[in-house]
Amino acid sequence: MMRSEIEYTDIRELHGPLAVVHGVAGAGWDEFATIKLATGARRHGLVLEVDRDVAVVQVLEGTAGMDPAGTGVSFTGEPLRIPVGPCWLGRVCNGRGEPVDGGPPILSGRTSPVSGFPMNPTWRLSPAQPVLTGISVIDALTTLVRGQKLPIFSVAGLPHLELATQVAAQAHVEGDTAGGRTEPESPAGFSVVFAGMGLTHADAAFVRDALEERAAAGELVLLLNTADDPVIERILTPRLALTIAEDLAFRGGRHVLVVMTDMTSYAEALREVSAARGEIPGRRAYPGYLYSDLASLYERCGRMRGRTGSVTITPVLTMPAGDITHPVPDLTGYITEGQVVLSADLHARGVYPPVDALSSLSRLMRNGAGPGRTREDHVDLAAQLLAALARARQVRELADLVGPAALSETDRRYLAFEEGYAQDLVHQRGDETRDLADTLGRAWRTLLRLPRRELVMLPDALVAAYGAGGDRACPY
Amino acid sequence: MGAVSSGRVSRVTGPLVEVEQAGSAAMFDVVALGTAGLPGEVVAIRDGILTVQAYEYTGGLKPADSAVSLGEPLSARLGPGLLGGVFDGLLRPLDGAPAWLRPGVARDGAGAASWQFVPQAQRGQRVVAGEAVGTVAGPGPVAYRILVPPGIAGTVEQIAAAGEYAADATVATVDGAAVPLTTRWPVRVPRPYRERVAADAPLHTGQRALDLLFPIAKGSTAAVPGGFGTGKTMLLQQIAKWSDADVIVYIGCGERGNEMAEVVADLFALADPRTGGRLADRTVIIANTSNMPMMAREASVHTGTTVAEYFRDMGYDVVVIADSTSRWAEALREFASRSGALPAEEGFPADLASAIAAFYERAGAVVTLGGARGSVTVVGAVSPPGGDLTEPVTAQTQRFVRCLWTLDRDLAYARHYPAVSWSGSFSRDAAALATYHARHGDPEWARRRAQVMAQLAEADRLAALAELVGVGTLPGNERVTMLTGRLLREGVLQQSGLSGTDASCDPAKGAALVDAVMVVSERCRKLVDAGVPATVVEEVDFGPLLRAREVAGEPAEVAKHRDALLDTLQELT
Ligand SMILES: Nc1ncnc2c1ncn2[C@@H]1O[C@H](COP(=O)(O)OP(=O)(O)OP(=O)(O)O)[C@@H](O)[C@H]1O
Ligand SMILES: [Mg+2]
Repeated sequence: MMRSEIEYTDIRELHGPLAVVHGVAGAGWDEFATIKLATGARRHGLVLEVDRDVAVVQVLEGTAGMDPAGTGVSFTGEPLRIPVGPCWLGRVCNGRGEPVDGGPPILSGRTSPVSGFPMNPTWRLSPAQPVLTGISVIDALTTLVRGQKLPIFSVAGLPHLELATQVAAQAHVEGDTAGGRTEPESPAGFSVVFAGMGLTHADAAFVRDALEERAAAGELVLLLNTADDPVIERILTPRLALTIAEDLAFRGGRHVLVVMTDMTSYAEALREVSAARGEIPGRRAYPGYLYSDLASLYERCGRMRGRTGSVTITPVLTMPAGDITHPVPDLTGYITEGQVVLSADLHARGVYPPVDALSSLSRLMRNGAGPGRTREDHVDLAAQLLAALARARQVRELADLVGPAALSETDRRYLAFEEGYAQDLVHQRGDETRDLADTLGRAWRTLLRLPRRELVMLPDALVAAYGAGGDRACPY
Repeated sequence: MGAVSSGRVSRVTGPLVEVEQAGSAAMFDVVALGTAGLPGEVVAIRDGILTVQAYEYTGGLKPADSAVSLGEPLSARLGPGLLGGVFDGLLRPLDGAPAWLRPGVARDGAGAASWQFVPQAQRGQRVVAGEAVGTVAGPGPVAYRILVPPGIAGTVEQIAAAGEYAADATVATVDGAAVPLTTRWPVRVPRPYRERVAADAPLHTGQRALDLLFPIAKGSTAAVPGGFGTGKTMLLQQIAKWSDADVIVYIGCGERGNEMAEVVADLFALADPRTGGRLADRTVIIANTSNMPMMAREASVHTGTTVAEYFRDMGYDVVVIADSTSRWAEALREFASRSGALPAEEGFPADLASAIAAFYERAGAVVTLGGARGSVTVVGAVSPPGGDLTEPVTAQTQRFVRCLWTLDRDLAYARHYPAVSWSGSFSRDAAALATYHARHGDPEWARRRAQVMAQLAEADRLAALAELVGVGTLPGNERVTMLTGRLLREGVLQQSGLSGTDASCDPAKGAALVDAVMVVSERCRKLVDAGVPATVVEEVDFGPLLRAREVAGEPAEVAKHRDALLDTLQELT
């Protein structure tokens, strides 16, 4: 991997995360660099610009404590590559991929560049099967689909980390049922890559703890950049996660879920580098290329012709001051295929997970739910539930204006329906996995609190088959 | 082709590469960078230093690497094989390219394909530029007409016999000049035509909200601004599928790979309602997803319009769809900022407006060099940051397009699709198209449009009022107006792109739906005037009328639904 190393020591400038090295010959753009400090410590960097004999290097561990005198930079001759393969499964690493679990270094006969390559669009297969999370509100109303990117939008103080961790702990796929015939489950199974960025130590400990079982089962890769780790390292963390995931999926045939949290912390690291370079700032001082940069991560999800595996991505982000027009949620929304939005209102009502189903949407749900995928009533049931929720919200607003006493009988039934929906369907424990039949059964019971004439989107045949309250098993 | 000359890379920062000692190189010449020969284009020349915009990932490129100027501007290969194909931003085929697009793997070649040429011109015949010397059948009903290139006219000296020819073969000689099966054209140069003519025939899109309220002419331009998730891509895909053009050029510009996979799969699966063939057979797809090299996005809109002009010159009506022009503008901004250009609004380069204008200006209805009629219609999505319609790309685009189809977040949020805002959209083609419809059997068209627009606006005004004073205080006839607004929104304007029956709507059904709502509305008004309380009228189950758009195929069936409802209303008296 390394070519004969020439060490360059003419470092003329250090500022922010950047080191400017002079007298360099033969360093290419986006090359990986190693930096040796006077103390003997090693750091790592990426070349952001080369101009004749000057290279601008972004130091992943930051420049703190670096003295230009006594520091040497050498270039590896190629972009950063990491080992890939099943060797990552079961491991816990820092944000640069170095083990923190006391185990041996991660070694593999194969390496891949962390920036990945774009997947040829003509090789892509449309997502078509669900990933089940065991979380009712998500499985029922915003079904996650294999190969999709579906973010969680939250605000500080809401339990998005709990939810992300629960998704990571519980997500699974059932046997493939392509074309009506049931194939055995993807032989290599399901894996999760969890990338934490800027987590507090308490949060990191919570994540490790909650995912312990999955790690022990060899189904999990955990990459944790904590709040006191170098900020710039966060630029690398999601790329490592996705590089590992792509290999597990497209070479190993696994269905891989990548959870990345918190993307707002990631974007801040990007902003820091951009500011240090003196780039023209875009909205809220984020760089103008934030869209393309985020897309270079999120677009690494998908399925591919002739391969069994898939990469599904769930980025988690906190909207500063709850503002959905802030660049990070806004640009994320422009790239992802829908969003799951958490609501402070539901949280205040004690409902977990506080998913605001009306603001949420899984754009690919129709590809991953319904006959042949989940259950034949699923899509109609979800549409009816959302329509009823929209009506219930209007009734609630009306009740706030005119008082509950002035509501019609039907309107009151809608309020009761909404309460039942929140308590019966949405609310569940943070460690509770509900199978889909249970979830859909709850959805039916919730809806049947309304008079039949209100359920115009549900044909009689479906009501007869599923509405009686029995939790009919999902045939798929 | 000019002289090949070579220089050395001196600076690399992402897609921006500076090259020294390049000898002679002209603006927009293609430069092959490094050992892999990555393509780039000269976009500035200063003190002998070339600024090159690279079209592939430049990782590993370094100072002193070679840079060879090919002495030719960035050009697209235009010939048989385009229809039904998927290409990257430089029009290099993606079908058949490897699964992972490593830099340097894409190839521009014609491939080994050969084509069945059928001659049309005779030896000794006089021809002018733009005239067809023969044809090559396409995969569907659209045939490639092999045209005498611009600038050439005279006597046909040689013409190939019917038979199979390689893509690069010469099939005729005119006045000493070769007429090839496949030509190249510099993508930034509009292809010539004889003259522009008025764009006055409708492009029927099959989307009621557009065809009834904000119609577009063949050869015109439209922009579709809307925040994320408001339905831009769905609307553009509907137009790609159902509009009555001959050829569609669909440019996925900096958007999602999954969407490209889906639109390709749909186009191959769906039958063209007018020809029975596959929709893919009339479509050229340019896929430059958001994770593909950024600067190829910039090229892709020019490549796409060049392809469109190529088919226009054969006498076809072509629609160019670009999703999303904002990503293209961002590529311009990104490059400008790396090159240190003085930024204007929000960091965009000062020439943003002229770049947008130049893109939309390539639309038009024309008489071709060969004397045929053809058109290029351009429809572009705009993705305003934060949904803010005052941002530079949206604001500048509005100045240059003839139709604006603004998607409204509130409508989308209420799952009213397509979320085309009736108050925030316009069509400057409406008057010309009213004349067209009047001459072609629908004299009521303009009146119908005016009526619907007026009812929707009035219903909106009353709804705002009702929020203040309470709906109960409004007089009965105003409540009927609000009811009419609702019936128009739910029974006419809403149209699910996912519907098996209603995804596309022909003009007669659209007109019948409007007329049905207006007749029902009139009846309701009479009832209220006669003393029936508005609340009683509002409680009527209008379901049969609202479902007509989904279940009725023909105007006669719509009328049946209307009559069923009129009967119900009759019982109120
Ligand atoms: N005409 C339509 N019929 C039915 N559903 C629609 C329609 N338009 C939009 N939708 C729904 O809205 C979702 C988002 O639509 P779409 O992908 O077109 O949005 P967009 O404006 O292109 O968003 P982005 O800017 O993020 O690309 C779709 O997945 C679909 O669920
Ligand atoms: Mg879109």
